[in-house]
Amino acid sequence: MTENSTKDPVKTSRIDLNKLDRMVRRFERLFVFLVPIVAVLSALILMAFLIFSVGSDPWVAYKGLFSGMFGNNFDTANTLNRAAPLMLMGLGVAVAFRGGLFNIGGEGQIAMGGLFASIVGIYITGIPSIVHIPLCILAGFIGGAVWSILPGYFFAKHGINLIITTVMMNEIANSLVAAMVKGPLLEPPGYEPQSYKVLESARLPLIWEGTRLHAGILIAILAAVIFYIILFRTPFGFAVRCVGENETAAKHSGLKVFRIRMLLMMISGGLGGIAGAAEILGAQYRLREAFLANYGYEALAVALLGQKHPLGVIISGVLFGGLKAGGASMQRATNLPMALVAVVSGVIILFVIASGILTRLPRYLAKKEASRGA
Amino acid sequence: MPSAVRMENITKRFPGVLDNDHVTVDIARGEIHALLGENGAGKTTLMNILYGLYHPDAGNIFVNDRPVTISSPLDAISKGVGMIHQHFMLIPVFTVAENIALGEEMQGNPFVDLELTRKRILDLSKATGLHIDPDARVEQLSVGDQQRVEIIKALLRGVNVLIMDEPTSVLTPQEADELFVVLRKLAEEGKTIIFITHKLREVMAISDRITILRGGKVVNTVNTREVDRDSLANMMVGRKIFLNFDRKALNVGNQVLELKNVSALNDRGLPALKEVSLAMRAGEILGVAGVDGNGQSELADVIMGLRPVTHGDIIVKGRSVVHKDASYVIKQGISAIPFSRHEEGLVLTFSVKDNLILKEFYNPPFSDKGLLDFKVIQDNAQRMIKEYDIRTTGPDAKVGNMSGGNQQKVVLAREISRKPDILIACQPTHGLDIGATEYVRQQLLNQRDSGISVMLISTELEEILSLSDRIIVMYEGQIMGEVPAEQADLQEIGKMMLGVRLEAAKV
Repeated sequence: MTENSTKDPVKTSRIDLNKLDRMVRRFERLFVFLVPIVAVLSALILMAFLIFSVGSDPWVAYKGLFSGMFGNNFDTANTLNRAAPLMLMGLGVAVAFRGGLFNIGGEGQIAMGGLFASIVGIYITGIPSIVHIPLCILAGFIGGAVWSILPGYFFAKHGINLIITTVMMNEIANSLVAAMVKGPLLEPPGYEPQSYKVLESARLPLIWEGTRLHAGILIAILAAVIFYIILFRTPFGFAVRCVGENETAAKHSGLKVFRIRMLLMMISGGLGGIAGAAEILGAQYRLREAFLANYGYEALAVALLGQKHPLGVIISGVLFGGLKAGGASMQRATNLPMALVAVVSGVIILFVIASGILTRLPRYLAKKEASRGA
Repeated sequence: MPSAVRMENITKRFPGVLDNDHVTVDIARGEIHALLGENGAGKTTLMNILYGLYHPDAGNIFVNDRPVTISSPLDAISKGVGMIHQHFMLIPVFTVAENIALGEEMQGNPFVDLELTRKRILDLSKATGLHIDPDARVEQLSVGDQQRVEIIKALLRGVNVLIMDEPTSVLTPQEADELFVVLRKLAEEGKTIIFITHKLREVMAISDRITILRGGKVVNTVNTREVDRDSLANMMVGRKIFLNFDRKALNVGNQVLELKNVSALNDRGLPALKEVSLAMRAGEILGVAGVDGNGQSELADVIMGLRPVTHGDIIVKGRSVVHKDASYVIKQGISAIPFSRHEEGLVLTFSVKDNLILKEFYNPPFSDKGLLDFKVIQDNAQRMIKEYDIRTTGPDAKVGNMSGGNQQKVVLAREISRKPDILIACQPTHGLDIGATEYVRQQLLNQRDSGISVMLISTELEEILSLSDRIIVMYEGQIMGEVPAEQADLQEIGKMMLGVRLEAAKV
C-alpha cells in the first residue's frame, strides 16, 4: 500500500493527500470487520453447495451444526470449553504476528504446557487449590515458553526459518509426551498410555452448574485483556508493534530487536503452554498422547480470522470452538461425516488468508472516493 | 566507424525532474564508450531507456542505423542490446550452465539441453578468454565470476551492445582489472561496450570515448586520449549555483565527536571504510561530499552503532562508543536523519504521533509507570505539527499516506526535538520538493547556530557547499581531503570526488 504513494506520485499529486489519508483509514477500519465476516459467510455458502451436491439439505445440516454449538446449556458449555484453548493459543499466535513472528509451533507448545502442568498437578501434593492451580498454570506457561526458546533464538539471531523450526519442535514435543505417558508418567497397571489424574486441588473449578464448563474460558478472557493492555498501552507493546511493522526502522530507533523477539516468542509459546495446561486441569484431568491434536494449527486460523486483535481472537475462538463442538450434532442430523466440519474450518482459513490480496483495496477505493470529491 | 547505437534527442521526464533533456549520444561499433556523470545526471535513465525498461517521452533510437522502438528488455536483447545491472539476476543454487540455459528453455524444445549449453559456454570461453566452469554452482563463485556469468549469458543470447551499469562497484580492484582485460578483448572482436561510471580512474583506463552528462544534458563527447582528469572533472561538476542562506558567523565550541582510524566492512563483507579519521565540534556543519556508494552510508552506520567497526575508535563527548549498540549511542545525544525515511526513519503504517516518539516512547513523559501516556503523546504530536509545519490531518494520520516533504518533517521534528548534541543528516533533502528542501536546510542551519554539531552527508555538491563550514570528500571509503567551506574550490572538490587526493588536486 505504502509504496503506492512513492511509485505514482503523479496520480496522487492531483488528490489532496490529507483527504486521501482520511479515506484510506476509514476504509481500512471498515475492512477489519468486513473481511472476517465475508470470509465466514463465503465459506458457509460454498459448503452449502457441497452439502447439497452430495444429496443432503444444507439447511438441516447447518441447523444441526448450530444446535450442536448452542442448542442447550450443555452444548454451549462444550463450545466454550473447546474455545478456551483455541483462544489462548490464538492469542499466542496473534501476539507473535504483531511482532513479525510466524509461530506455528502451537502443537508443541500446547503439548509441553500440558506436560509441565500435569507433572506439577500430579506430583506436588498437600497444597491448597488457590496455590496449586496458579502453580500448574505457571508450569504450563514455562513449558510452552521453554519450547519456543530454541526456534526463537535461531530466528532472531540467525534468521533461520521459524516455520520450519517450530514445526520440527512440534514433532519432538508430541513424541516426548507420548514417551512420557508410556514411560515415567504411566498410570499403573498401564492398560492405556495415560498419566494419573491431576489432584483435586489442581483442577480448574466448574463455573456453570449442570454443565462441564470450566474456568479455562475465564483464563482465556483474562489473557486477552492482558494482551490488549500490553500490546496497545505499554512501551513494550509499542516496541513489539514497531519491530513487526518495520524492523529496520526499529533498529535505527535503538530498539533491541533480538531481545524483543526472544521475549515475544516466549510469551507466544507460553500462551500455548497455558492452553495445554487449562485443557488438562479443566477438562481431561490426565495427560494423554495428542490430547489437543491440531489445536495448534487451528489457532493460526483463529488469530487470522480475529485480525490479530484480542477481541477478534475471542470471537473467532468461539466460532472455531463451536465448529468442533457442533460437528457430531451435524453428523446426527444429516449423516454427513463429521470431517466435513474440518473442511468448513479449512475453507474459512483459506478465505481469510486470501483476503490478503485485498490489502490494496482500501487505498484504491479511497483514491476513487477522494478524486471524485476533488 | 559505423554506428552501433544512436540515441537522438531523448527526453524523459519523471514527476518533478527532467531526467534526460534532449540527450543525443552516438556509440560506434567496437568501442568502449563511457557515460560519466554525477548521481542524478541521467546516465542510468538513459541506458534503462535503451534497454527497454523505460520509454522515452520524446526522441529516437537507432540500432545499426535502423530506427527502432524498444518495448521491453526481451525486445532489446532480440535487437542485440543487453544490460548487466549492479545486482545480478542469477539463481544461486543453479550451476552456471543451468543459469544460462534458463530463459532459453521455451524455444520449442521441451527439454533443456544442458550438454549443448555447456559446450556453447566452453566455446565462448575459449574465444573470449571469459573462463568459467559451467558446472560450478553460482553461489560458490566470487562476485567477479558471477559477473562473468552475466556477460556470457548476454553474449550467448546474441548481444552485440553490452551496457554495464557501474560494473566495478561490486568488484575488488583485481577483479576490476580482470574485467577490463575481458572488455578490451570483447571490443576487439567487434562488440560494443557502454560503461556507466563515475570513477575517473576507470574511465581513463578503459574507455575509447567518453560522454559526460550533467543535470540530464550532454555536456560533451570526447576522445579519451585527448582529455585529462582536470577537464573531465570540470565538465562533470560544472558551475554550481550557490544557494543564499543567511549564515551567522561560525561560533564553534568543544569537540563532540571524533573518529580515529575507523575501518568497517559493507554488507558484502568488503572494506567500505578505510582508516577514516575526523572530528566534529559543536556549532558547525561538517559536509561529507562524495559520489554515492563511497562509504558514506557505512560512515553514518558506524557512528550510529548500527555497524560493527573492524578497527579504530569512535569517541563521543570524551567517551568511546565503539562497541556500543544504537540504543546506547542514541542515549548519548546523537540524532540522525537516515538515508531512507521509508525504510529506516519511519514506520509507515504508524500514525504521525507514534512516529514522533519512536526514539523516546519508553522514557517519561511519554511512558509513565509502565504505561504509555496517550494524552502526552497526542499533545506532543499537536505541538510538533504546529512547530514544524507538518501538513497533515492530525496526529492520527498515517505517515505512509503523507507526502515526502511532510514525512521528512516528521523525522526532523523527532530528531531535533530530542535536543541532541550531534545530528547526522544523511541525504536530508533527497526526493523533496523545493519548499521542503529549503525548510530542511534552514533547520540544519538553525541547529548549527544553536550549538549543535551537524554532519551533513550528501551527494549534492550545491547542498554541501551552501550549508557546510568544513567539507570532507570521501572516495572508496577514504577521506580524500578536507577544506574549509569559504576556501572550497569546486574543481578541487570535483577531483577529490573522483579519487584524487587533496594535495594532488591542488596542483
